[in-house]
Amino acid sequence: MAKLSLKNVGKTYAGGTLAVSGVNIDIADGEFIVLVGPSGCGKSTLLRMVAGLETITDGEIHIGERLVNQLDPAERDIAMVFQNYALYPHMTVRDNMAYGLKNRGASKSVIAERVAEASRMLELGPYLDRKPRALSGGQRQRVAMGRAIVRQPAAFLFDEPLSNLDAKLRVSMRMEIRKLQKRLGTTSLYVTHDQLEAMTLADRLVVLNEGRIEQIGAPLEIYRRPASTFVASFIGAPAMSLLDAHIDAGAITLEGHTLARVGNSAGPVTLGLRAEDLHIAARGVPMAVEHVEELGAQRIVHGTIGAQTLAVIDAGDQQVQDTVQVSIDPARLHLFDTTTGRRIENRLHTAVHEPAL
Amino acid sequence: MQRIKPFDHLILILGALFLIAPVVMAIMSSTQNAIDIHTNGLYITPGSNAVATYGKVLTHKGGFTGDVTGLRMLMNSMIMGIGFAVGKIVLSMMAAYALVYFRFRFATLLFWMIFTTLLLPLEVRIMPSYQVMSTLGLLNSYTGLIVPLLASATGTFFFRQFFRSVPDEMLEAARIDGAGPFKFFIDILVPLSRTMMAAIFIIMFIYGWNQYLWPLLMTTDESFYTLMRGIKSILQVWIGSQIPDYNEAFALAVLAMVPPVAVVVIFQRMFIKGLTESDK
Repeated sequence: MAKLSLKNVGKTYAGGTLAVSGVNIDIADGEFIVLVGPSGCGKSTLLRMVAGLETITDGEIHIGERLVNQLDPAERDIAMVFQNYALYPHMTVRDNMAYGLKNRGASKSVIAERVAEASRMLELGPYLDRKPRALSGGQRQRVAMGRAIVRQPAAFLFDEPLSNLDAKLRVSMRMEIRKLQKRLGTTSLYVTHDQLEAMTLADRLVVLNEGRIEQIGAPLEIYRRPASTFVASFIGAPAMSLLDAHIDAGAITLEGHTLARVGNSAGPVTLGLRAEDLHIAARGVPMAVEHVEELGAQRIVHGTIGAQTLAVIDAGDQQVQDTVQVSIDPARLHLFDTTTGRRIENRLHTAVHEPAL
Repeated sequence: MQRIKPFDHLILILGALFLIAPVVMAIMSSTQNAIDIHTNGLYITPGSNAVATYGKVLTHKGGFTGDVTGLRMLMNSMIMGIGFAVGKIVLSMMAAYALVYFRFRFATLLFWMIFTTLLLPLEVRIMPSYQVMSTLGLLNSYTGLIVPLLASATGTFFFRQFFRSVPDEMLEAARIDGAGPFKFFIDILVPLSRTMMAAIFIIMFIYGWNQYLWPLLMTTDESFYTLMRGIKSILQVWIGSQIPDYNEAFALAVLAMVPPVAVVVIFQRMFIKGLTESDK
């Protein structure tokens, strides 16, 4: 159990490629932090730097009060769960879990006790004497978790641990990981490219893009107030629709339709609209429907306003027409700068209750 | 179930008979006596001399000095075979470990230098090797017989390829688990390599077992005679009207066949088991 702090951490590869730069995160004791981003955004590199598997070329990483930049992975008091589990195939489940403790010179009784405790927690009791190849994917994943738990480290590091599992198992393992982490209260750093996994697991999310932090915050905060167009389009499914709009004389107009009155200065803006904030209604902005994804409980209607595409969630069960009217709640608009992509606080004046359409 | 095709089977049976015939002949002829073989040629029926011939071959003191028995030769061949196999596996595993897991300058260059030695057979460097051994005073010793041939490009190559196929996460997990380079090698890599070791053991045991030229050169003391040289020396007695002991030569040849066959059978099973069980 310990705090984790990353101060201005960066990584430049020998060839001059910048993988990670200027990362500052303070992680409280027992917090569950998820690093999320598209592939190649440096999230795994960052995790491996914390683990000690990659050298740190810039900044400082502290685990607890210790500066760990120069320490070996074994000395950092961390445990890591790998994407492909990385279990030792020739050892039994028991030996796999015990190996790290054995190398640290723990006594036999301590090892036996910890392994027993971990296997009880993970319901691995019946499999202790099996080899990893005789286990299913989910069970292997549990063994990998067990290997981390028995060590009782200061922090758990997870490197996309669920991506080799099938969708159903992923959901249940996700919940298990969360419950386990809450129960143990161990500080955790978790890497994933799956935004849903990130949302459901995290105390706080760290969204990374091209080696830099785009936004840090609680999942809902990030969902509701994305700091940039990148975060907006990455978090949430279907992705937030980003449209080119204009502010003229205090009114946001999209393809000639006035949506709301704001106090922002005039000029072009990027308008962000979440699919669930839009509704098909009797009156609104006309949208040409292109195709419909039926999800059962609801459907996602993809279409265009002018030349711009957007997605709308519709819970109704009538046939979707070729052209539908989309109503937009002005309070749920997101505005972003067209050049920097950063969020602009919209200073909403009066909602246009009767859209002048 | 596939339909049985008689013609295919006929071809297979004929092929099997063709391949097995010389072996059967050797075994059968070894149970006859020398004069019968000399007059009637090879036999495919068993004779009555089996016990006497094999007994004599194993215990009779032969050679110029008259103190080397078949048993002794069998033991020497065994030492050569096992010494070669074990030594080569140990050395080439360590070499491959260094090449794959330690980043040092020119590692790839070094590897290719080792690899190109594959192109040079033993015969090319046999005189310099002999000279080195003789200067070191290692003629007529097991050390001299085995050590100079232990460096193995083949083995190093195989283990290098194998180690490269072991996922990096295995090394990383071990590092986090606090295993240093030595522990990682002993605890993780060696057990993972069992299949590879079995395969190389088969190849190298037979290589060592079949050595002829090198022992011929390195040893003058008959107590270091191997089976291969024994067979040759029995057939070399064609002096005057003496008939070579064909039956004994055949018996020795049969004895020389048994250990390699045993090694292949035993290790192949391990080898296949390893192949089907392995998942990394």
